[in-house]
Amino acid sequence: MTGTAVKLDAINGRFDALAFKRDFPILAKLVHGKPLTYLDSAASAQKPKAVIDAMTFAYENEYANVHRGAYYLSEKATSNYEAARETVRKFVNAAHAEEIVFTKGATEALNLVAASYGRSVLQPGDEVVLTELEHHSNIVPWQLICEATGAELRVIPVSADGSVSLDSIQSTIGVRTKIVAVAHVSNVLGTILPVEQIVELAHAVGAKVVIDGCQGVVHEAVDVQALGCDFYAFSGHKLYGPNGIGVLWARRELLDAMPPYQGGGEMIATVKFAKSTWAEPPAKFEAGTPPIVPAIGLAAAIDYLSRIDRAALIEHERDLLGYAMDRLVTVPGVKLIGTAQRKASVQSFVMDGAHPHDLATVLDRSGVAVRAGHHCAQPLMTALGVTATSRASFALYNTREDVDVLVAALHKAREILL
Amino acid sequence: MTSAAAESNDLLSLYQDVILDHGKRPRNARTVDAATCSASGNNPLCGDRVTVTARISSENQIEDVAALAKGCAISVASASLMTEVLKGQSVDAARRMFKAVQDLCTGQRQPDEAKADVGPALTAGVDRLAALSGVQQFPARVKCATLPWHVLISCIEGTDRATTETGSNA
Ligand SMILES: Cc1ncc(COP(=O)(O)O)c(C=O)c1O
Repeated sequence: MTGTAVKLDAINGRFDALAFKRDFPILAKLVHGKPLTYLDSAASAQKPKAVIDAMTFAYENEYANVHRGAYYLSEKATSNYEAARETVRKFVNAAHAEEIVFTKGATEALNLVAASYGRSVLQPGDEVVLTELEHHSNIVPWQLICEATGAELRVIPVSADGSVSLDSIQSTIGVRTKIVAVAHVSNVLGTILPVEQIVELAHAVGAKVVIDGCQGVVHEAVDVQALGCDFYAFSGHKLYGPNGIGVLWARRELLDAMPPYQGGGEMIATVKFAKSTWAEPPAKFEAGTPPIVPAIGLAAAIDYLSRIDRAALIEHERDLLGYAMDRLVTVPGVKLIGTAQRKASVQSFVMDGAHPHDLATVLDRSGVAVRAGHHCAQPLMTALGVTATSRASFALYNTREDVDVLVAALHKAREILL
Repeated sequence: MTSAAAESNDLLSLYQDVILDHGKRPRNARTVDAATCSASGNNPLCGDRVTVTARISSENQIEDVAALAKGCAISVASASLMTEVLKGQSVDAARRMFKAVQDLCTGQRQPDEAKADVGPALTAGVDRLAALSGVQQFPARVKCATLPWHVLISCIEGTDRATTETGSNA
C-alpha cells in the first residue's frame, strides 16, 4: 500500500477515474454479458482491492477478539481496532478518539442517539425537528422516542427543487426544539443541506444537532469541529468500506453524560446484581464483541481515500453530476427530480409512461445498475408527489462514459416500454 | 443466439404488447358496486399497492371484480388481466387460477402444464395469463406479477390485508 493514488491524467490534468476503476475488482465483471455500469453507490459503494486485502490480511494473520486476551493476537487485533478508531478520528477531524463510537451502521448510530440521548433529555411538549427529505433511519427512531417521551416531531418542508430553505428551517425550529436531526446530503435528491446554518439556528435555542452523514461523508470533506454539530453518523459501506460497520461521532461531554444504549460485555466497569457501573466512552456504547475486521476495513477505505486529492474528487463528482443532468434531459420524457443549487452527485429522475421498476429492469439488461423505488424516504416521495423514482449516483470510479451508457440504455428502454 | 439477442428476447417476452397495453390502460380499474368484500395489499419493498373489490353471490360466483393498482407495468397489467379472467368464475376457480399464476411466474409449470392443472373450463384464462410468464427470467419481478393475486385471495377469503412480505405490517 505505497505510492500516491492521486491519479491525475498526465496529459490534461483531469481526474483519472478509469485508473480508480481498476482498483475495484467487481467493476471488471460482466453483467448479462455487458460491462457493469454501477450507478448505485449511494445505496452501497463497491470496495477497492485495498479494503478487501486489508480484511483478508487481518483474518489470516491478526485475528482474535479485542480488549480481552493477554496474548499476542488479541493485543494485535486490539491495537488494529483502536488504530482504526484513530483513522476515523482524523478523517472527520474529531478532537478525541474516544468520541468515535463504532456501530454496525448509520442506522444503529442514529438509534443510539435517539434511544440514549433522546430518551434522557426529551420531556412531554419538547420538539424534535427533522426535514422532509430524511431517510427512514433518521425518522423512525425519533418517532419511537417521541412516542415514549411525549415529545413531538416537527418537519421542515422541502421546496419543489429539493432544497431546504433557511426560512423554512427558521420557522420550524423554535423554543421547544431540543433536537434537530437532519441529513447532511439527501440520498434521494443529492441536496446538500445548509448544515452550518442549521447548527447556528439550533444552538441559538439550545437544541442539539444530529447529522445523518451517510452521504455527506462520501461527497464532502467533513470536519465535525468546523460543522459545529453535536452528533455525526455514517456507515462504512457507502464510503468504499465494508458493511457491518458504522460510526457515531459525538462530543465527549455528551457521551460522558449519556446512559448506555445496549448492555453486555465491553461496556461495563463492574457488574454486580445490585448495580453495575459503566465503562468510559466509547466502550460504554460498544456492548458485545464489536465489528473488529469491518472497522479495520473501514480504516483501509479511509486510507485509500486519503491518498486521493479530495478536492479533485469532489470536482470530478460535480463534473459527472453536471454532465448527467445535461444528458438525462435529452431523453424524451425524462424529468429530473432534485435540482437544488448545492448538490452532490446523486440524481433522481422519472420517465413519462415508464415506472421506475420497469426502467430499472430494462437498464439492468444493459449492465446498468440504478436504484428504483422510494429509497427509504416515503415522506419525501409523498411531498414530491411521486411514488417512486429512478436514481443514478456517481462515485469516484464513474466516468462520463458511464453516463453515456445510461443515456443510451434509457433510449432503448423507451423503445421497449413505450 | 448472441447474448445481446437473448437479453432482448427476455425483455420482449416480459414486456409483451398485452402487458404494456394493460399496464397503460388497466381494465376494471374501479371499485365494484355493492361489493361484498375488499382487500388491499402492498409490497413494502417497492411501494406497489393494489386494492381489490368483488361482489360474490351466495352461490360463490364472482359476479364482479375490480382492482385499483398503483405500481409498475407488471403489477398493473397483472391486476387488470386478473379481473378480466375471473369475472363470472367461481371462487374455487379463482383459487385454482391463483395457483396456476404462481406456477407460471416462478417457472414451476409451463403454460400447457398449467392448463392441464386447472381443467378445461379455465384453459382460456390460463392462455391470457400466460403473458405474465415472462417474469420467470426476472426473479426480482415475480412479486410484481403475483401481488394482485395475493390481494384477491385475501379479498375472497376475507383476510383483508395482503402483502408480499410475510411478517411485514403492510
Ligand atoms: C441518508 C441515509 N441515511 C441513512 C442510511 C442508512 O444507512 P444504513 O442502512 O447503512 O444503516 C442511508 C443508507 O441507505 C442513507 O443514504
